Amino acid sequence: MKDNGKITNIFLSGVGGQGAILASNILGEVFIKAGYDVKKAEVHGMAQRGGDVTTHFRFGKKVYSPLIKYGDADYLLSFELLEAIRYINWVKPEGKIIINKSEIFPPSVNLGQMAYPKDVEKTFKKYFKDNVWMIDGQGIAKTLGNVQSANVVLVGAFSNFFPEIKDEQFIDAIKTLLAPKLHDLNVKAFYEGKKAL
Amino acid sequence: MKEIMQGNSAIARGAWEAGVKVAAAYPGTPSSEILKDIADNYPEIYAEWAPNEMVAAQVAAGAAVAGARSLCCMKHVGMNVAADVLMTIAYTGTKGGLVYLIADDPFVHSSQNEQDSRNWARFAKIPMLEPGDAQECYDFTKAAFDISEQFDTPVILRTETRVAHSDSLVEPGKRVESTMPMGLDQKEWTKYVMVPGNVRVRRVFIEERMRKLEEFADTFKYNVMEINDPSVGIITSGVSYMYTKDVFPEYSFLKLGMVWPLPKKMIAEFFKKVKKVIIVEELDPFIETEIRAMGYKVWHGKDIIPNMFELTPEIVEKSIKGKKYKAPAVRVKPEDLPRRPPNLCAGCSHRPLFYALKKLNAFVFGDIGCYTLAAAPPLSALHTTICMGGGVGMAHGASKALGKEGLGKFVAVLGDSTFMHSGILPLADIVYNKGYGTVIVLDNRITGMTGHQEHPGTGFTIRQEPANMVDYNEIGKSVGVKSIRYIDPYNIKECMEVIKEEMNKEEASLILCKDSPCMLLRRAKPLEKFKTPLFAIDTDKCRGCKVCLEINCPAISWREGAGATADGHKRKGTAFINPDQCVGCEVCVQVCKFEAIVPGKK
Repeated sequence: MKDNGKITNIFLSGVGGQGAILASNILGEVFIKAGYDVKKAEVHGMAQRGGDVTTHFRFGKKVYSPLIKYGDADYLLSFELLEAIRYINWVKPEGKIIINKSEIFPPSVNLGQMAYPKDVEKTFKKYFKDNVWMIDGQGIAKTLGNVQSANVVLVGAFSNFFPEIKDEQFIDAIKTLLAPKLHDLNVKAFYEGKKAL
Repeated sequence: MKEIMQGNSAIARGAWEAGVKVAAAYPGTPSSEILKDIADNYPEIYAEWAPNEMVAAQVAAGAAVAGARSLCCMKHVGMNVAADVLMTIAYTGTKGGLVYLIADDPFVHSSQNEQDSRNWARFAKIPMLEPGDAQECYDFTKAAFDISEQFDTPVILRTETRVAHSDSLVEPGKRVESTMPMGLDQKEWTKYVMVPGNVRVRRVFIEERMRKLEEFADTFKYNVMEINDPSVGIITSGVSYMYTKDVFPEYSFLKLGMVWPLPKKMIAEFFKKVKKVIIVEELDPFIETEIRAMGYKVWHGKDIIPNMFELTPEIVEKSIKGKKYKAPAVRVKPEDLPRRPPNLCAGCSHRPLFYALKKLNAFVFGDIGCYTLAAAPPLSALHTTICMGGGVGMAHGASKALGKEGLGKFVAVLGDSTFMHSGILPLADIVYNKGYGTVIVLDNRITGMTGHQEHPGTGFTIRQEPANMVDYNEIGKSVGVKSIRYIDPYNIKECMEVIKEEMNKEEASLILCKDSPCMLLRRAKPLEKFKTPLFAIDTDKCRGCKVCLEINCPAISWREGAGATADGHKRKGTAFINPDQCVGCEVCVQVCKFEAIVPGKK
């Protein structure tokens, strides 16, 4: 364990059905096996009904709070543009942001009452400069033959920030959490994601 | 080896290791996963979904009287239903360990109120443990059963959303069977028959038990004192400890694993060891009131810590630091962004039915389920949500208040699960007391909102064994309802006609939705009845009137863009149907006045 006492805060956000919860479960497996204490919290009461989903993921030597302190996230890993910008204030000034280039309209936008935010990437770059990465998770997943694996593409991209963790540790976690018939697809998705960042 | 577990799974694991034999619950966020986890993973435990929390509480109590360690789980408002059991089983105690798990929901993520369940412990005069993470959920569950048997008392285990639905590491162990002899003993009637003469004996016992529990609290291993910097001492419990420890690791702490009764000697010692005491607790000033009543001078409590909504690390930091707190920079105002509220699924049978009710301009007495989402605009077709089954009794009350003036103006709706939970008796009341009211059972064949739990009307048990399926029509008949109708909720015209007729009858009326299973309930093959798999907008015909947007289907959106129909009607834009989301329910087709919604291609 390198960072003795330091806690790493990862804020995940997305829309119900995008697989943000699976992504946080993969991270959980990985960092526990790497010897860290891990806590994660999510509100998922109505996620299946199209609501937003957020997960607070924290690892370190000893973690107390399951919730990240507002403004204290080291990473924002977001599966959808609106759900990324919604949590921009949660990220530390030196934090890193990884966003899946997906737009899912909420009802007020569908009804033409509100505008979907434009320039999400530009806004992030204004505050976080080079610490912003946009990933076409769906596009990459489509080339692999299944849009559903976009979440694992994102995990692959995100894995670049943790060079001390070996790829095999992520692959093991993916295999532990997914049914065998999904292994090949998601292992490919992980490596394609890893290359994308 | 340590495993990562959700708080709820850790409770299931702890219960299994504690030798629990019987577990019963009615689902409710954030407690629902516990029973499912037990049913899926621990065959040694008999598990069931009971029709409501009161029945679940009785089942657990009966099993405990017979000698088994028993667990009953519910969300906070569930205890309002189960309280009749709790308040008296608190007098009798049981033989086998009896634990009531209550999951609170500060900030009301998914509930109809924000009550603080710690008050039940003081009210019922029984002990309460409050874990703060998954390891503690596991440890405290095991401890709760020991305390229950040692002191002849039911024990409440209180969690909340951030404990129940957070995952952290747990070091699991092995199951140990209870050594309590099983069986019923008629000679114990004086302990269990709560008639006045026996009650008075148990009443004295309760006070003695509470004194013993107070002494025990002082030695209870999960009440922990950490003396660091003695200038400030924090008294706290559960997840509030986790937040405070995270933000102020340098302070001294008295962390209460048992929040009722309080450890008086430990508290005295803590006040001696630290200079100033802050009490950090979510919701009510429960610990604070008690400690102030003991005569201690508390530096800060609810004067700085909010008494509503959930705490978070920054709220604790901000409250304690006051003006010294530096808020992070606001880069974008979240309130300027479109919200993403949950919505009824594409194809959901509730959507057309509530659209029909809206068109009828009915006042809708509702209750709690996915259909509560129909209260929000643009459907705006549900007008009360108080408690499960509540709309039925309220409709009857309204009929008595309004007399003939109310005819044709209101209905009560409830789900199949909440009809079983609390809807049958108020229906009987309408008939018995000669009121009127149309009661619509939105039968989607499952408890939907909490994630598909079985109930006595679904035909399956929690372990998916085939079971009796309650016939709602027969229930209606047996309580004396003369007018029982079936409707196809997907047929808006039919719904409007039938509901209008029934609303104008001066008698009890029961409307049952047929063949309308939840869109997510795979075994019911919900998509099979839709003849066309997908619909699309015919842009030659769409006039951009936006009527189809009023049903609030997630598959339908608005596309801005001036243009005209093939026959020359000008328009500002057209509707669009997302082919990935449309399931072909044909509800929008019925709403469109210009025949502009036509079968599409996948």
